[in-house]
Amino acid sequence: MQFPESWLRALVNPPLSTDELCHLLTMAGLEVEEAVPVAAEFSNVVVARVLSAEKHPDADKLKLCSVDAGEFGVLQIVCGAPNVAPKMHVPCALVGAKLPGIEIKKAKVRGIESFGMLCSARELGLSGDHGGLLVLPADAPIGVDVREFLNLGDTLITLKLTPNRADCLSLTGIAREVAALTGAPLRLTVIEPVAPTHDDTRAVVLDAPDACPRYCGRIVRGVDARTPTPAWIKERIERCGVRSISVLVDITNYVMLELGQPLHAFDDARLAGTIHVRYPKPGEKLLLLNEQTVEPSADTALIADEARALAMAGIMGGEESGITDATTDLFLESAFFTPTAIAGKARTFGFSSDASHRYERGVDFELQRRAIERATRLIVTICGGRPGPVVEAVSPGHLPAREPVRLRTSRAAKVLGIDLSADQIGKLLQGLATASERQGDDFVVTPPSYRFDMEIEEDLIEEIARLHGYDNIPAPPPKAQMAMLPLPEERRGAMAVRHLLAERGYFEVVTFSFVEAAWEADFAGNATPIQLANPIASQMGVMRTSLIGGLVDVLATNRKRQTERVRVFEVGRVFSRDPAGQTVSGFRQPVRVGGLWAGSALPEQWGATTRPVDFFDVKGDLEALLAPHSLDFERANHPALHPGRAAKVSLGGTPIGFVGELHPRWVQKYELGTAPVVFEIELEAWLATAMPTYREVSRFPAVTRDLALTVPRDQALQPLLEALRACASEIVCDIRLFDVYQGKGLPEGQKSLAFRIVMQHTARTLGDVEVEAAVAEMIEVAGTKFGGALRT
Amino acid sequence: MNNLDQLVAQATAEFAAVGEPARLEEAKARYLGKDGSLTALLKGLGKLPAEERKSAGAAINIAKQTVESALATRREELRQVQLQAQLAAESLDITLPGRGERRGALHPVTRSLERIEQLFRSIGFEVADGPEIEGDWHNFTALNTPEKHPARSMHDTFYLLDEQGKVQEDVLLRTHTSPVQIRYMQAHVAKYGHLETMPEIRVIAPGRVYRVDSDATHSPMFHQVEGLWVGENVSFADLKGVVADFLRRFFESDDLKVRFRPSFFPFTEPSAEIDVAFMSGALEGRWLEIAGCGMVHPNVLRFGGIDPEKHTGFAFGMGPDRLTMLRYGINDLRLFFEGDLRFLSQFQ
Repeated sequence: MQFPESWLRALVNPPLSTDELCHLLTMAGLEVEEAVPVAAEFSNVVVARVLSAEKHPDADKLKLCSVDAGEFGVLQIVCGAPNVAPKMHVPCALVGAKLPGIEIKKAKVRGIESFGMLCSARELGLSGDHGGLLVLPADAPIGVDVREFLNLGDTLITLKLTPNRADCLSLTGIAREVAALTGAPLRLTVIEPVAPTHDDTRAVVLDAPDACPRYCGRIVRGVDARTPTPAWIKERIERCGVRSISVLVDITNYVMLELGQPLHAFDDARLAGTIHVRYPKPGEKLLLLNEQTVEPSADTALIADEARALAMAGIMGGEESGITDATTDLFLESAFFTPTAIAGKARTFGFSSDASHRYERGVDFELQRRAIERATRLIVTICGGRPGPVVEAVSPGHLPAREPVRLRTSRAAKVLGIDLSADQIGKLLQGLATASERQGDDFVVTPPSYRFDMEIEEDLIEEIARLHGYDNIPAPPPKAQMAMLPLPEERRGAMAVRHLLAERGYFEVVTFSFVEAAWEADFAGNATPIQLANPIASQMGVMRTSLIGGLVDVLATNRKRQTERVRVFEVGRVFSRDPAGQTVSGFRQPVRVGGLWAGSALPEQWGATTRPVDFFDVKGDLEALLAPHSLDFERANHPALHPGRAAKVSLGGTPIGFVGELHPRWVQKYELGTAPVVFEIELEAWLATAMPTYREVSRFPAVTRDLALTVPRDQALQPLLEALRACASEIVCDIRLFDVYQGKGLPEGQKSLAFRIVMQHTARTLGDVEVEAAVAEMIEVAGTKFGGALRT
Repeated sequence: MNNLDQLVAQATAEFAAVGEPARLEEAKARYLGKDGSLTALLKGLGKLPAEERKSAGAAINIAKQTVESALATRREELRQVQLQAQLAAESLDITLPGRGERRGALHPVTRSLERIEQLFRSIGFEVADGPEIEGDWHNFTALNTPEKHPARSMHDTFYLLDEQGKVQEDVLLRTHTSPVQIRYMQAHVAKYGHLETMPEIRVIAPGRVYRVDSDATHSPMFHQVEGLWVGENVSFADLKGVVADFLRRFFESDDLKVRFRPSFFPFTEPSAEIDVAFMSGALEGRWLEIAGCGMVHPNVLRFGGIDPEKHTGFAFGMGPDRLTMLRYGINDLRLFFEGDLRFLSQFQ
């Protein structure tokens, strides 16, 4: 809501500066978003009348003018504006005037002396218009300061109103608020009924009283629709950001801005019979004033006559029944449409109007008659015409209720946390100018018809807080019963996994949860991702089921910016449909931890040979991350990954994620250069950890044996290791692979795996016999189950 | 000077003259070895008359000890020289950089979230989490924002298509973290509702939220932190106290100005916007909108299963992205979501 400060001050004028007034409004919940002067600073510019404008003898585009500046004399001024003409009243900057960016001096222009400058709107900082001189009305008094004449000391104030304060979508509403806050007297326009001068009326029938419980209509005959809009109306509505269109439209807009009641003027000659407020017939269409043809939904109320639909009630008028310059007979509408009937409707057609904006938030339902009288008075005074009687159709049962609300002093004090007396509350309520009755320390308040946000006690407490001033409520340190928070040792926090990864060299990224459909297909093999109904862009159209796409995108971004080595991770949700999904039925949205490593194994540095990152670097990170759990890795196919370099990761038999090198196909498609190694695991698997379990530490010496076994080259380590562990006697406490060799010295198709076996007993020193027996047992198992032999 | 003295002087001079340990051992042999001159003198003692033997023997031994001591000294000197040479040879350019992997870093917004969590934990707030695909009921209805409520137009909400390609009306991407309030209250009541005095609820809920909005200052996905304190005596003054304290701690600025300004949210009443103004720096003196808050609306408490006559509470919602930008002077929100390592590596 934008308005000129001068209009507000005409209605209520507290002894406050502009800044103080703005602060007052902001701190009362009517946030001042902007307060800007209507014009730039300038001085010594007066109204002048052009007496003559002759061609400059030495310049085609300049004119030599003589202007009458009243008490400042008749001045000779050279002017380049195309529209300068005799008898015109224009702003004239006198010698010594200061305009934005220039100071006016006596000057010679192409040899002729010039004593001032005639000004365009842009030169005065009023608007961007520099097409010619600013033409002032013919009755503008000569010699008067232009600032004074055009009321340029004014400020445009823009309020950012919250949806509950529809009552402040008018100057009257804002003035009422300022009066309540400051105690300054309200000087609202007194509205007297305009006596009808004929008996013509149009019957109004409320066929949809739930949407329109009150409708006032009135015929005004013999209006001159071509009358120019008076300057004062034009100035006020334009300073509210409403374009001046024609006098009748301007007057209806003026009344809407002044009182908050949207009005509509029909051309009475284009109406047929009785007015109905009704719901549309099936397939009924309507051409709106904005030249859009709409087919209103069944619950959109229409204004119709006996022949056709005329307007979308409370939203926009129709093109075919609207007023034109040729209109002489008007049918004025001033109606109350209920918020629920209007809410959201305009948006479904892709626009919003001043009327719908007000109706969906709530218009004073007792304002209609006063507004139509006010508009009639202005029309008759300005454009002439003869008013008929006001016809009012009303369905009292459908008007909003204003039930009394009880406000307890003790409750207000408790909620606000301040000492408040009933007397104080009584005083604050008086400012609201609303009916209230004190009963002991309670107040029974009947909300006014213009407030749609005073239905419960809390609504009133909020009013009390606002009027008391939020600044006047203290901010003490809180008091509470202390209790320590639980600290379960078998759970880790999600912050800790981030720290671990950061310590290991990964940078955390945050990528969007909605991704390109192609990423889902490529990196998750998901052809049917959850689609957004209204994505912000097509490449953010589907919900991700994997973090890999976002990480690969981060890699591509960094590669484009010449960063070769990229180690990143993200902790975030992924989303899929799942009938068994619980928190939100039908969806699974677990948090995952995903990582990506691309480029060299070590940062480029002296004294270390570089090699590219490989599967085992990232596998090592995963193993370290999940400690103390030990993970199982199993060869797996994954759409994102190189089939020979990918593993499914499980913990205690439950799959928790995957790790592997990105498939060369995607490396090429996404122009990544070298293949990154990625992983993704369920955060939950990480969060759940175990209490450490103590085992006795042996005081007897350990025996170590190295065992080199040759096995077929395609033999995977894991099953062999598991078999060795399974057969190991109880003295074996560790079996660890320490070397893998293939090549010279081994038979074709064989490789050598070297294990270090540590044996120890907690109660005694081991003897050679049991040690050799244990080793022999392992060799035996390796031989029989895996074709392995002791390497010689 | 007798022969012995001469011999000692000669040996000492010879030891001092050699520069290598092997040469020193050769020189030693010449005096103290099997055929060395001092050894020869000792061997010759037997030929002396008995009365001279004792004093001659003592003199030779003294000479021998002197030579041995000179030898030991020289040996040590040579060892030192050798060690010095070795140390000099082994000297490193210690200004070369250290080796190995470097540290990564948390995302700057996570860094803020962690500080926020720590600050609130220090006064007894727990940290909760909630789903990002959220039910319409939790996101709006239970937060006192019924269908068609004008406040719904404040959020431009992302909706999903169902498997038939139709807009699914009952779910959405949460537009704020406030639904966690409802989930937490319901869980709390289920756990403690049977007790005569229910323990207070003190919780914050950080997370990602979504709105259909994208420009230099709006991202379609961003972060929020919800806060909720419900108890038998929680007031608007407490809300002011907690939030103002938090902001001053977060920005580590005791003179930070904090202002509460009336506003409107369907799920709180009274409601306030929170503005802060720094007393120094580039943004000095400007009021910056930083969070929304208010007393939990009685309808919301009821939806959470709590009697609003017995319990009151406050809630707040703030944007950690904005807090992070203000804290570090970051001027473009989009940097948070691009993953540019040149940006991220500044937050180690």
